[in-house]
Amino acid sequence: MQQEVVLAMLAKEPSHGYELRTRLAKALGPVAEGISEAQMYVTLARLEKGGLVARLDAPAQRSDRKVYCLTAAGQERVTEWMSDVSWPRPDLAEFHMKLVAAAQGGLADPIGLIDAQRRDLLRRLREVGRTVMKEEKDSDAALLLEGIVLRLQADLRWLHACEIAWTKRSTQK
Amino acid sequence: MNDSPAVLVHAKGLRKDYGSGEGLVRALDMVDLDVNRGEAVAVMGPSGCGKSTLLHMIGGLDRPSAGELSVAGRRVGELSERALAHLRRDEIGFVFQAFHLIDELTAEENVELPALLAGCTPGEARARATALLEQVDLADRARHLPSMLSGGQRQRVAIARALANDPAIVLADEPTGNLDSAAAFEVLGLLEGLHANGLTLVIVTHDERIAATADRLISMRDGAFVDETRLTGGSRGNLGTFADWERLS
Repeated sequence: MQQEVVLAMLAKEPSHGYELRTRLAKALGPVAEGISEAQMYVTLARLEKGGLVARLDAPAQRSDRKVYCLTAAGQERVTEWMSDVSWPRPDLAEFHMKLVAAAQGGLADPIGLIDAQRRDLLRRLREVGRTVMKEEKDSDAALLLEGIVLRLQADLRWLHACEIAWTKRSTQK
Repeated sequence: MNDSPAVLVHAKGLRKDYGSGEGLVRALDMVDLDVNRGEAVAVMGPSGCGKSTLLHMIGGLDRPSAGELSVAGRRVGELSERALAHLRRDEIGFVFQAFHLIDELTAEENVELPALLAGCTPGEARARATALLEQVDLADRARHLPSMLSGGQRQRVAIARALANDPAIVLADEPTGNLDSAAAFEVLGLLEGLHANGLTLVIVTHDERIAATADRLISMRDGAFVDETRLTGGSRGNLGTFADWERLS
Protein backbone atom coordinates (compact mmCIF):
# COMPACT_ATOMS: atom_id res chain seq x y z
CA MET A 1 0.00 0.00 0.00
CA GLN A 2 1.10 3.52 -0.74
CA GLN A 3 2.06 6.20 1.75
CA GLU A 4 -0.63 8.24 0.00
CA VAL A 5 -3.28 6.14 1.74
CA VAL A 6 -2.14 7.48 5.10
CA LEU A 7 -1.93 10.98 3.69
CA ALA A 8 -5.45 10.79 2.29
CA MET A 9 -6.85 9.65 5.63
CA LEU A 10 -5.39 12.78 7.21
CA ALA A 11 -7.44 14.89 4.80
CA LYS A 12 -10.50 14.36 6.99
CA GLU A 13 -8.89 15.99 10.05
CA PRO A 14 -5.58 16.05 11.93
CA SER A 15 -5.07 12.74 13.69
CA HIS A 16 -2.58 10.51 15.50
CA GLY A 17 -1.13 7.14 14.50
CA TYR A 18 -3.34 5.02 16.70
CA GLU A 19 -6.53 6.54 15.38
CA LEU A 20 -5.38 6.27 11.77
CA ARG A 21 -4.58 2.59 12.33
CA THR A 22 -8.07 2.09 13.79
CA ARG A 23 -9.74 3.76 10.82
CA LEU A 24 -7.64 1.71 8.44
CA ALA A 25 -8.59 -1.50 10.27
CA LYS A 26 -12.28 -0.62 9.95
CA ALA A 27 -12.03 -0.01 6.22
CA LEU A 28 -9.88 -3.07 5.49
CA GLY A 29 -11.28 -5.58 7.96
CA PRO A 30 -9.27 -8.78 8.20
CA VAL A 31 -6.93 -7.58 5.45
CA ALA A 32 -5.56 -4.95 7.87
CA GLU A 33 -4.05 -7.69 10.04
CA GLY A 34 -0.87 -7.40 8.03
CA ILE A 35 -0.38 -3.76 9.02
CA SER A 36 1.09 -3.09 12.43
CA GLU A 37 0.75 0.07 14.44
CA ALA A 38 4.54 0.40 14.32
CA GLN A 39 4.38 0.53 10.51
CA MET A 40 1.92 3.38 10.79
CA TYR A 41 4.31 5.39 13.01
CA VAL A 42 7.22 4.71 10.69
CA THR A 43 5.14 5.89 7.73
CA LEU A 44 4.08 9.06 9.54
CA ALA A 45 7.70 9.81 10.52
CA ARG A 46 8.74 9.39 6.89
CA LEU A 47 5.95 11.63 5.64
CA GLU A 48 6.98 14.26 8.20
CA LYS A 49 10.58 14.10 7.03
CA GLY A 50 9.39 14.54 3.45
CA GLY A 51 7.43 17.65 4.41
CA LEU A 52 4.06 16.13 3.52
CA VAL A 53 2.70 16.14 7.09
CA ALA A 54 3.46 18.34 10.08
CA ARG A 55 3.11 17.93 13.84
CA LEU A 56 0.47 19.96 15.65
CA ASP A 57 1.55 19.16 19.21
CA ALA A 58 4.57 19.46 21.47
CA PRO A 59 7.56 17.47 20.17
CA ALA A 60 8.09 15.72 23.55
CA GLN A 61 4.84 13.73 23.44
CA ARG A 62 4.59 9.93 23.13
CA SER A 63 4.63 8.59 19.58
CA ASP A 64 1.01 7.39 19.74
CA ARG A 65 -0.14 10.82 20.82
CA LYS A 66 1.63 12.84 18.15
CA VAL A 67 -1.03 14.63 16.15
CA TYR A 68 -0.27 15.12 12.46
CA CYS A 69 -1.89 17.30 9.83
CA LEU A 70 -1.41 17.62 6.09
CA THR A 71 0.94 20.30 4.78
CA ALA A 72 0.19 22.15 1.53
CA ALA A 73 2.58 19.77 -0.25
CA GLY A 74 0.78 16.82 1.36
CA GLN A 75 -2.57 18.16 0.21
CA GLU A 76 -1.24 18.49 -3.32
CA ARG A 77 0.06 14.90 -3.26
CA VAL A 78 -3.35 13.61 -2.14
CA THR A 79 -5.06 15.46 -5.00
CA GLU A 80 -2.62 13.93 -7.49
CA TRP A 81 -3.17 10.48 -6.02
CA MET A 82 -6.96 10.81 -6.26
CA SER A 83 -6.77 11.54 -9.99
CA ASP A 84 -4.14 8.88 -10.71
CA VAL A 85 -5.62 5.99 -12.71
CA SER A 86 -2.73 3.56 -12.45
CA TRP A 87 -4.01 0.17 -11.33
CA PRO A 88 -2.18 -2.59 -9.50
CA ARG A 89 -2.04 -5.64 -11.72
CA PRO A 90 -1.06 -9.19 -10.97
CA ASP A 91 2.05 -10.28 -12.81
CA LEU A 92 0.59 -12.87 -15.15
CA ALA A 93 3.58 -12.58 -17.47
CA GLU A 94 5.83 -14.24 -14.89
CA PHE A 95 3.65 -17.33 -14.56
CA HIS A 96 3.15 -17.41 -18.32
CA MET A 97 6.92 -17.40 -18.83
CA LYS A 98 7.29 -20.14 -16.23
CA LEU A 99 5.07 -22.34 -18.40
CA VAL A 100 6.84 -21.42 -21.63
CA ALA A 101 10.31 -21.97 -20.12
CA ALA A 102 9.21 -25.23 -18.48
CA ALA A 103 8.00 -26.59 -21.82
CA GLN A 104 10.92 -25.32 -23.90
CA GLY A 105 13.64 -26.41 -21.49
CA GLY A 106 11.97 -29.62 -20.41
CA LEU A 107 12.13 -28.31 -16.83
CA ALA A 108 8.66 -29.38 -15.74
CA ASP A 109 5.29 -30.37 -17.10
CA PRO A 110 3.29 -27.16 -17.70
CA ILE A 111 0.05 -28.95 -16.85
CA GLY A 112 1.53 -29.99 -13.51
CA LEU A 113 2.55 -26.39 -12.80
CA ILE A 114 -0.94 -25.17 -13.69
CA ASP A 115 -2.52 -27.79 -11.40
CA ALA A 116 -0.31 -26.84 -8.47
CA GLN A 117 -1.04 -23.16 -9.00
CA ARG A 118 -4.75 -23.81 -9.28
CA ARG A 119 -4.80 -25.80 -6.06
CA ASP A 120 -3.08 -22.93 -4.32
CA LEU A 121 -5.53 -20.33 -5.67
CA LEU A 122 -8.53 -22.50 -4.77
CA ARG A 123 -7.22 -22.82 -1.21
CA ARG A 124 -6.86 -19.06 -1.01
CA LEU A 125 -10.35 -18.62 -2.43
CA ARG A 126 -11.74 -21.00 0.17
CA GLU A 127 -9.97 -19.02 2.90
CA VAL A 128 -11.25 -15.64 1.68
CA GLY A 129 -14.72 -17.14 1.22
CA ARG A 130 -14.75 -18.11 4.88
CA THR A 131 -13.60 -14.64 5.84
CA VAL A 132 -16.35 -13.07 3.72
CA MET A 133 -18.97 -15.17 5.52
CA LYS A 134 -17.77 -13.86 8.89
CA GLU A 135 -17.72 -10.24 7.75
CA GLU A 136 -20.67 -7.98 8.31
CA LYS A 137 -22.64 -7.54 5.09
CA ASP A 138 -22.36 -4.12 3.38
CA SER A 139 -19.30 -3.10 5.41
CA ASP A 140 -16.33 -1.39 3.72
CA ALA A 141 -14.23 -4.47 4.40
CA ALA A 142 -16.80 -6.81 2.78
CA LEU A 143 -16.55 -4.79 -0.42
CA LEU A 144 -12.78 -5.15 -0.44
CA LEU A 145 -13.05 -8.90 0.17
CA GLU A 146 -15.49 -9.18 -2.73
CA GLY A 147 -12.80 -7.64 -4.94
CA ILE A 148 -10.25 -10.17 -3.72
CA VAL A 149 -12.70 -13.00 -4.45
CA LEU A 150 -13.43 -11.72 -7.97
CA ARG A 151 -9.71 -11.40 -8.70
CA LEU A 152 -9.04 -14.96 -7.59
CA GLN A 153 -11.95 -16.14 -9.74
CA ALA A 154 -10.50 -14.29 -12.74
CA ASP A 155 -7.07 -15.84 -12.15
CA LEU A 156 -8.63 -19.30 -11.88
CA ARG A 157 -10.43 -18.79 -15.19
CA TRP A 158 -7.20 -17.77 -16.83
CA LEU A 159 -5.48 -20.88 -15.42
CA HIS A 160 -8.30 -22.92 -16.90
CA ALA A 161 -7.63 -21.34 -20.31
CA CYS A 162 -3.92 -22.12 -19.84
CA GLU A 163 -4.74 -25.72 -19.05
CA ILE A 164 -6.82 -26.15 -22.18
CA ALA A 165 -4.16 -24.55 -24.37
CA TRP A 166 -1.23 -26.50 -22.90
CA THR A 167 -3.13 -29.77 -22.99
CA LYS A 168 -3.80 -29.18 -26.68
CA ARG A 169 -0.11 -28.45 -27.30
CA SER A 170 1.08 -31.55 -25.47
CA THR A 171 -1.26 -33.78 -27.47
CA GLN A 172 -0.23 -32.18 -30.79
CA LYS A 173 3.44 -33.10 -30.31
CA MET B 1 -26.74 -45.99 8.24
CA ASN B 2 -23.42 -46.56 10.02
CA ASP B 3 -23.06 -50.06 8.61
CA SER B 4 -23.40 -48.78 5.03
CA PRO B 5 -20.35 -48.93 2.80
CA ALA B 6 -17.87 -46.06 2.69
CA VAL B 7 -18.30 -45.61 -1.06
CA LEU B 8 -21.68 -44.05 -1.69
CA VAL B 9 -21.45 -43.55 -5.44
CA HIS B 10 -19.47 -45.89 -7.65
CA ALA B 11 -19.29 -45.40 -11.40
CA LYS B 12 -17.09 -47.36 -13.77
CA GLY B 13 -16.95 -46.85 -17.54
CA LEU B 14 -20.18 -44.86 -17.32
CA ARG B 15 -21.61 -43.82 -20.67
CA LYS B 16 -24.72 -41.94 -21.69
CA ASP B 17 -25.86 -41.49 -25.27
CA TYR B 18 -28.80 -39.48 -26.49
CA GLY B 19 -30.31 -40.01 -29.93
CA SER B 20 -29.00 -42.52 -32.46
CA GLY B 21 -27.30 -42.87 -35.81
CA GLU B 22 -25.95 -39.57 -37.11
CA GLY B 23 -27.79 -37.69 -34.40
CA LEU B 24 -26.05 -39.61 -31.62
CA VAL B 25 -24.70 -37.43 -28.83
CA ARG B 26 -22.36 -39.00 -26.31
CA ALA B 27 -23.08 -36.96 -23.18
CA LEU B 28 -20.92 -39.09 -20.91
CA ASP B 29 -17.96 -41.09 -22.06
CA MET B 30 -16.21 -43.70 -19.91
CA VAL B 31 -16.56 -41.88 -16.62
CA ASP B 32 -15.07 -43.46 -13.48
CA LEU B 33 -16.06 -41.94 -10.17
CA ASP B 34 -16.15 -42.96 -6.52
CA VAL B 35 -17.71 -40.65 -3.96
CA ASN B 36 -17.08 -41.55 -0.33
CA ARG B 37 -19.56 -41.03 2.45
CA GLY B 38 -19.04 -37.55 3.90
CA GLU B 39 -17.13 -36.28 0.89
CA ALA B 40 -17.93 -33.08 -1.03
CA VAL B 41 -17.15 -33.29 -4.74
CA ALA B 42 -17.47 -30.35 -7.11
CA VAL B 43 -17.77 -30.87 -10.86
CA MET B 44 -16.90 -27.98 -13.16
CA GLY B 45 -16.82 -27.65 -16.91
CA PRO B 46 -18.28 -25.67 -19.80
CA SER B 47 -22.00 -25.88 -20.61
CA GLY B 48 -22.82 -29.11 -22.40
CA CYS B 49 -19.79 -30.99 -21.02
CA GLY B 50 -22.01 -33.64 -19.43
CA LYS B 51 -21.87 -32.55 -15.80
CA SER B 52 -25.64 -32.23 -15.39
CA THR B 53 -26.12 -35.57 -17.14
CA LEU B 54 -23.77 -37.12 -14.60
CA LEU B 55 -25.73 -35.57 -11.75
CA HIS B 56 -29.06 -36.78 -13.16
CA MET B 57 -27.67 -40.27 -13.49
CA ILE B 58 -26.39 -40.35 -9.90
CA GLY B 59 -29.77 -39.02 -8.80
CA GLY B 60 -31.65 -41.79 -10.56
CA LEU B 61 -33.38 -39.35 -12.94
CA ASP B 62 -31.82 -41.03 -15.93
CA ARG B 63 -30.24 -44.40 -16.70
CA PRO B 64 -26.77 -45.15 -18.06
CA SER B 65 -26.40 -46.38 -21.67
CA ALA B 66 -23.43 -48.50 -20.61
CA GLY B 67 -21.09 -49.02 -17.68
CA GLU B 68 -21.64 -49.57 -13.98
CA LEU B 69 -23.31 -47.15 -11.61
CA SER B 70 -24.31 -47.87 -8.06
CA VAL B 71 -25.70 -45.36 -5.61
CA ALA B 72 -26.06 -46.24 -1.92
CA GLY B 73 -25.42 -49.86 -2.82
CA ARG B 74 -28.06 -50.04 -5.56
CA ARG B 75 -27.21 -50.61 -9.21
CA VAL B 76 -29.02 -47.82 -11.04
CA GLY B 77 -29.02 -49.49 -14.47
CA GLU B 78 -30.82 -52.58 -13.17
CA LEU B 79 -33.55 -50.92 -11.10
CA SER B 80 -37.20 -50.90 -12.14
CA GLU B 81 -38.91 -47.51 -12.48
CA ARG B 82 -40.49 -48.10 -9.11
CA ALA B 83 -37.19 -49.02 -7.44
CA LEU B 84 -35.58 -45.97 -9.04
CA ALA B 85 -38.31 -43.77 -7.59
CA HIS B 86 -37.65 -45.30 -4.18
CA LEU B 87 -33.95 -44.60 -4.54
CA ARG B 88 -34.72 -40.92 -5.25
CA ARG B 89 -37.25 -40.70 -2.45
CA ASP B 90 -35.11 -42.38 0.22
CA GLU B 91 -31.49 -41.61 -0.58
CA ILE B 92 -31.25 -38.47 -2.70
CA GLY B 93 -31.76 -34.77 -2.02
CA PHE B 94 -31.79 -32.39 -4.97
CA VAL B 95 -30.96 -28.69 -5.05
CA PHE B 96 -31.56 -26.86 -8.33
CA GLN B 97 -30.40 -23.54 -9.74
CA ALA B 98 -33.98 -22.26 -10.05
CA PHE B 99 -34.99 -23.50 -6.55
CA HIS B 100 -38.12 -25.31 -7.87
CA LEU B 101 -40.20 -24.58 -4.78
CA ILE B 102 -43.97 -24.98 -5.07
CA ASP B 103 -45.27 -21.40 -5.21
CA GLU B 104 -48.61 -22.15 -3.56
CA LEU B 105 -47.06 -23.80 -0.50
CA THR B 106 -45.38 -22.05 2.41
CA ALA B 107 -41.67 -22.60 3.14
CA GLU B 108 -42.65 -25.06 5.85
CA GLU B 109 -45.03 -27.00 3.59
CA ASN B 110 -42.41 -27.18 0.84
CA VAL B 111 -39.96 -28.75 3.29
CA GLU B 112 -42.57 -31.14 4.71
CA LEU B 113 -43.47 -32.61 1.37
CA PRO B 114 -40.52 -35.02 0.85
CA ALA B 115 -40.80 -36.17 4.47
CA LEU B 116 -44.50 -36.98 3.91
CA LEU B 117 -43.68 -38.80 0.68
CA ALA B 118 -41.00 -40.78 2.51
CA GLY B 119 -43.66 -42.04 4.91
CA CYS B 120 -43.49 -39.67 7.89
CA THR B 121 -46.73 -38.85 9.71
CA PRO B 122 -47.93 -35.24 9.30
CA GLY B 123 -46.75 -34.53 12.85
CA GLU B 124 -43.30 -35.96 12.19
CA ALA B 125 -43.04 -34.12 8.88
CA ARG B 126 -43.95 -30.81 10.54
CA ALA B 127 -41.41 -31.36 13.32
CA ARG B 128 -38.74 -32.22 10.77
CA ALA B 129 -39.55 -29.14 8.65
CA THR B 130 -39.40 -26.91 11.72
CA ALA B 131 -36.01 -28.31 12.74
CA LEU B 132 -34.60 -27.99 9.21
CA LEU B 133 -35.83 -24.43 8.73
CA GLU B 134 -34.14 -23.59 12.00
CA GLN B 135 -30.97 -25.22 10.73
CA VAL B 136 -30.99 -23.03 7.60
CA ASP B 137 -31.75 -20.01 9.80
CA LEU B 138 -35.25 -19.41 8.43
CA ALA B 139 -37.44 -20.41 11.37
CA ASP B 140 -39.08 -16.97 11.26
CA ARG B 141 -40.02 -17.41 7.59
CA ALA B 142 -41.74 -20.79 7.94
CA ARG B 143 -45.20 -19.45 7.02
CA HIS B 144 -44.00 -17.34 4.10
CA LEU B 145 -44.74 -18.21 0.50
CA PRO B 146 -41.70 -18.45 -1.78
CA SER B 147 -42.72 -15.19 -3.49
CA MET B 148 -42.21 -13.40 -0.15
CA LEU B 149 -38.63 -14.63 0.18
CA SER B 150 -35.36 -13.39 -1.34
CA GLY B 151 -33.39 -15.59 -3.76
CA GLY B 152 -30.93 -16.64 -1.07
CA GLN B 153 -33.76 -17.49 1.33
CA ARG B 154 -35.55 -19.53 -1.33
CA GLN B 155 -32.42 -21.53 -2.00
CA ARG B 156 -32.02 -22.14 1.73
CA VAL B 157 -35.60 -23.44 1.87
CA ALA B 158 -34.76 -25.67 -1.10
CA ILE B 159 -31.73 -26.99 0.77
CA ALA B 160 -33.89 -27.70 3.83
CA ARG B 161 -36.31 -29.52 1.53
CA ALA B 162 -33.44 -31.56 0.06
CA LEU B 163 -32.62 -32.73 3.58
CA ALA B 164 -36.19 -33.54 4.59
CA ASN B 165 -36.00 -37.23 3.64
CA ASP B 166 -32.66 -37.57 5.47
CA PRO B 167 -30.86 -38.45 2.22
CA ALA B 168 -27.57 -40.30 1.94
CA ILE B 169 -26.38 -37.73 -0.60
CA VAL B 170 -27.35 -34.24 -1.74
CA LEU B 171 -26.91 -33.38 -5.41
CA ALA B 172 -26.79 -29.70 -6.28
CA ASP B 173 -26.98 -28.32 -9.82
CA GLU B 174 -25.62 -24.75 -9.96
CA PRO B 175 -26.98 -23.87 -6.51
CA THR B 176 -25.63 -20.30 -6.67
CA GLY B 177 -26.35 -19.75 -10.37
CA ASN B 178 -29.36 -17.46 -9.77
CA LEU B 179 -28.02 -15.61 -6.73
CA ASP B 180 -26.22 -12.31 -6.18
CA SER B 181 -22.86 -12.37 -4.48
CA ALA B 182 -24.07 -11.95 -0.89
CA ALA B 183 -26.81 -14.59 -1.27
CA ALA B 184 -24.33 -16.94 -2.93
CA PHE B 185 -22.12 -16.72 0.15
CA GLU B 186 -25.13 -17.44 2.40
CA VAL B 187 -25.78 -20.64 0.46
CA LEU B 188 -22.11 -21.47 0.30
CA GLY B 189 -21.75 -21.13 4.06
CA LEU B 190 -24.78 -23.31 4.61
CA LEU B 191 -23.53 -26.08 2.31
CA GLU B 192 -20.09 -25.92 3.90
CA GLY B 193 -21.62 -26.24 7.36
CA LEU B 194 -23.73 -29.24 6.31
CA HIS B 195 -20.69 -30.88 4.79
CA ALA B 196 -18.70 -30.27 7.98
CA ASN B 197 -21.46 -32.17 9.80
CA GLY B 198 -20.95 -35.19 7.56
CA LEU B 199 -23.27 -34.61 4.61
CA THR B 200 -22.15 -36.12 1.30
CA LEU B 201 -22.41 -33.63 -1.53
CA VAL B 202 -21.94 -33.61 -5.28
CA ILE B 203 -22.15 -30.11 -6.68
CA VAL B 204 -22.15 -29.19 -10.34
CA THR B 205 -21.11 -25.57 -10.67
CA HIS B 206 -19.56 -22.78 -12.70
CA ASP B 207 -18.80 -20.97 -9.48
CA GLU B 208 -15.16 -21.20 -8.36
CA ARG B 209 -16.19 -20.03 -4.90
CA ILE B 210 -18.23 -23.20 -4.39
CA ALA B 211 -15.66 -25.42 -6.05
CA ALA B 212 -13.06 -24.09 -3.61
CA THR B 213 -15.03 -25.44 -0.64
CA ALA B 214 -15.10 -29.03 -1.96
CA ASP B 215 -12.78 -31.85 -0.95
CA ARG B 216 -12.27 -32.73 -4.56
CA LEU B 217 -12.71 -30.83 -7.80
CA ILE B 218 -13.36 -32.65 -11.06
CA SER B 219 -13.10 -30.87 -14.41
CA MET B 220 -15.12 -32.20 -17.31
CA ARG B 221 -14.98 -31.63 -21.06
CA ASP B 222 -16.90 -33.36 -23.82
CA GLY B 223 -18.44 -35.93 -21.51
CA ALA B 224 -15.19 -37.01 -19.87
CA PHE B 225 -13.16 -36.16 -16.76
CA VAL B 226 -10.07 -34.23 -17.77
CA ASP B 227 -8.67 -33.30 -14.40
CA GLU B 228 -9.10 -34.07 -10.76
CA THR B 229 -7.76 -31.90 -7.94
CA ARG B 230 -7.81 -32.79 -4.27
CA LEU B 231 -8.34 -29.63 -2.27
CA THR B 232 -8.47 -30.70 1.34
CA GLY B 233 -5.41 -31.37 3.42
CA GLY B 234 -2.14 -29.45 3.23
CA SER B 235 -1.44 -26.02 4.53
CA ARG B 236 -4.13 -23.43 4.96
CA GLY B 237 -3.80 -20.13 3.24
CA ASN B 238 -3.06 -16.91 5.04
CA LEU B 239 -5.18 -13.90 4.36
CA GLY B 240 -2.21 -11.62 4.86
CA THR B 241 -0.78 -12.85 1.58
CA PHE B 242 -3.68 -11.43 -0.44
CA ALA B 243 -2.51 -7.92 -0.31
CA ASP B 244 0.89 -6.49 -0.53
CA TRP B 245 1.40 -4.30 2.48
CA GLU B 246 5.15 -4.03 2.30
CA ARG B 247 5.12 -0.63 0.72
CA LEU B 248 3.36 0.95 3.66
CA SER B 249 6.55 1.30 5.64
